[in-house]
Amino acid sequence: MSQPLAVQEKKELVSKGEKTVPARYYVPSTDIYETEDALKLVMEVPGVDRKDVDIRLEDDVLRVEARIDTAKYEGMEPLYTEYNVGHFARAFTLPHRIDQQQIGAALSDGVLTLTLKKVQQAQPRRIEIG
Amino acid sequence: MAMLFRDPFDALFQFQQALDQLRASDWLQTGPSGGGSYPPLNVFRKGDDIIIITEVPGVQKADLSIEAKGNTIRIAGSKSVGQDDEASVHRLERRGGQFDRALTLPIEIDAERIKAECRDGILALYLSRAERDKPRSIAIT
Repeated sequence: MSQPLAVQEKKELVSKGEKTVPARYYVPSTDIYETEDALKLVMEVPGVDRKDVDIRLEDDVLRVEARIDTAKYEGMEPLYTEYNVGHFARAFTLPHRIDQQQIGAALSDGVLTLTLKKVQQAQPRRIEIG
Repeated sequence: MAMLFRDPFDALFQFQQALDQLRASDWLQTGPSGGGSYPPLNVFRKGDDIIIITEVPGVQKADLSIEAKGNTIRIAGSKSVGQDDEASVHRLERRGGQFDRALTLPIEIDAERIKAECRDGILALYLSRAERDKPRSIAIT
């Protein structure tokens, strides 16, 4: 944890899909962890308010769209810039063992955490001889 | 620049283009902690004030330290991207570590009136231009 932190250039979303606005979207940096009972997606969406996060599940694809509030930049004239701003979008194909009814989301300090619970494995069944 | 948001549908795109045009701006001059250091920052002007905005997702207020001396602002802190020990990792794109960046502004600022705000992973520093640095209009007699 003592190594200096390097700047990660923001990655622009290449396949825009159904986006029709000319503005650029970015791909949020994401960590994916798996624990015994859940998959955890941790994504960086700085500047996004919780009401501007849109999480959709269609078929097995989880789409996350997070929009920044450009009104905050109103009246501000850029003098010097090192990064660009834009909305974030990313889609993930979920494995079938995810319980699609139990997806939890939390947003704090610009980090969106999605917790995807795995389905209960079929319980082993004891068969009595009748 | 003043009418950046005339058309709400184009607003973001125009703003992104404006930001892109200044990617090579020499406003901050070259220094030992110039471009390329973490956190990446954008500098804006609003009236007489200067606003520095940086993206620090996952950095808590308590882990940030901001100092000002003269025209130099120092932004230091640490970012942790910890995970549970028992979790296995599929993908690691976020990075953690320590950062310490100083920038010297080409204008004089009033160190007493600096305001810092950190919300949703965005750190904003509001700097007021020192009174003695403001341009004065001279009446022609």
